[in-house]
Amino acid sequence: MSFTSLLAIALGAVLANNFVFAQFLGICPFMGVSRRVETASGMGMAVIFVMGVASAVCWPINHFILEPNNLGFMQTVAYILIIAGLVQFIEMFLQKSMPSLYEALGIYLPLITTNCAVLGVVLQNTTSSYNFIESVVYGVTGGIGFLLAIVLFASVRERQEFSECPKAFEGFPIALVTAGLIALAFMGFSGLKIW
Amino acid sequence: MGIKKQFTDGLIHQNPVTVQLLGMCSVLAITTTLFNGIGMGLSVLIILTLANIVISLIRKVVPGKIRIACYIVVIAGFVTIVDLALKAYLPALSKSLGLFIPLIVVNCIILGRAESFASKNGVVRSALDGIFQGLGYTIILVVMCIIREFLGNGTIAGGFSFINDGDGIRILPESWPALGMILPVGGFLTLAVIIAAMQHFLRPKKKAAEKEEVAE
Repeated sequence: MSFTSLLAIALGAVLANNFVFAQFLGICPFMGVSRRVETASGMGMAVIFVMGVASAVCWPINHFILEPNNLGFMQTVAYILIIAGLVQFIEMFLQKSMPSLYEALGIYLPLITTNCAVLGVVLQNTTSSYNFIESVVYGVTGGIGFLLAIVLFASVRERQEFSECPKAFEGFPIALVTAGLIALAFMGFSGLKIW
Repeated sequence: MGIKKQFTDGLIHQNPVTVQLLGMCSVLAITTTLFNGIGMGLSVLIILTLANIVISLIRKVVPGKIRIACYIVVIAGFVTIVDLALKAYLPALSKSLGLFIPLIVVNCIILGRAESFASKNGVVRSALDGIFQGLGYTIILVVMCIIREFLGNGTIAGGFSFINDGDGIRILPESWPALGMILPVGGFLTLAVIIAAMQHFLRPKKKAAEKEEVAE
């Protein structure tokens, strides 16, 4: 494992294989909390945090508990329980020790349990058999990719509220069209290669 | 609320995808061939129905505070069963859906129906709700697949190994299709057009109904 391979994982997760625009993970929170840039960035921060911690916790569990005991088929159940517990734990921990961060992330933390990007990143770490450091890097950079996507999208949506569009497209459909156009722009990164 | 109303609600008026806006990820991601769409739709239908039945049965036993965690465990159990069954009997489907089968656990449709319907209603009605909502989801998937596959690949019914070795029935010559439609962009745009069309036709009718062409 070298620095370049980590860099390749990182750049891939942020740009070329962006979680939202290339892999369609985490669309629900992406659509749900992208009306204002501040809330969007709050959600993005919370996702980076949880994805990083979840990758770091699930790797040893899979490596030292599930695989030696041939319990690989229990992965989905184990991971979702870990994520749900972890989110609850992080919430209580932040409330006690870092009230300001807790205030900032607020309602977004519990929502993250059902964010498929988190379960997605953990499952991908397992299927691509990343080692511990690669898993954590992939988790954190995947979260950064999500933050980038949701902030870009929210800033477009803020302006969109004041412009007119065909009646049938009002609300959700026009947001999907916007997301589609941003996805088109992100396709430009798909040829990106690191030597 | 009779069975008929449950049926039309699931398919049209309360369609999980186009009206409740749940479960977007899988709808956008896997709708590139008809085979994927039907496979995914039926998997969700089965899991949703079974989860609804079990959750409706245990609804009086589970304490309110930890109900979400209990529901997730029930759902994850059924998802694992379906995942393993697909791996054993339909490896082609399991391979092309990949990550999105285990991700049914966090599909908001299932948790959403568990919380808003199955935890308040009896077993039979919850089972029916699972079937109808699952059908509504499947129909949207199938429509998306047909549109995207036709425009993006020029074929229909692709992916089934018994039709042309999985290449589907070719309608357009190979140089015609717009590849963008089976890329992420096409997913977003197709779903936008479908939801816009639903909004247009489901809106309470006015006297001078303007006829808007929903341009593709």
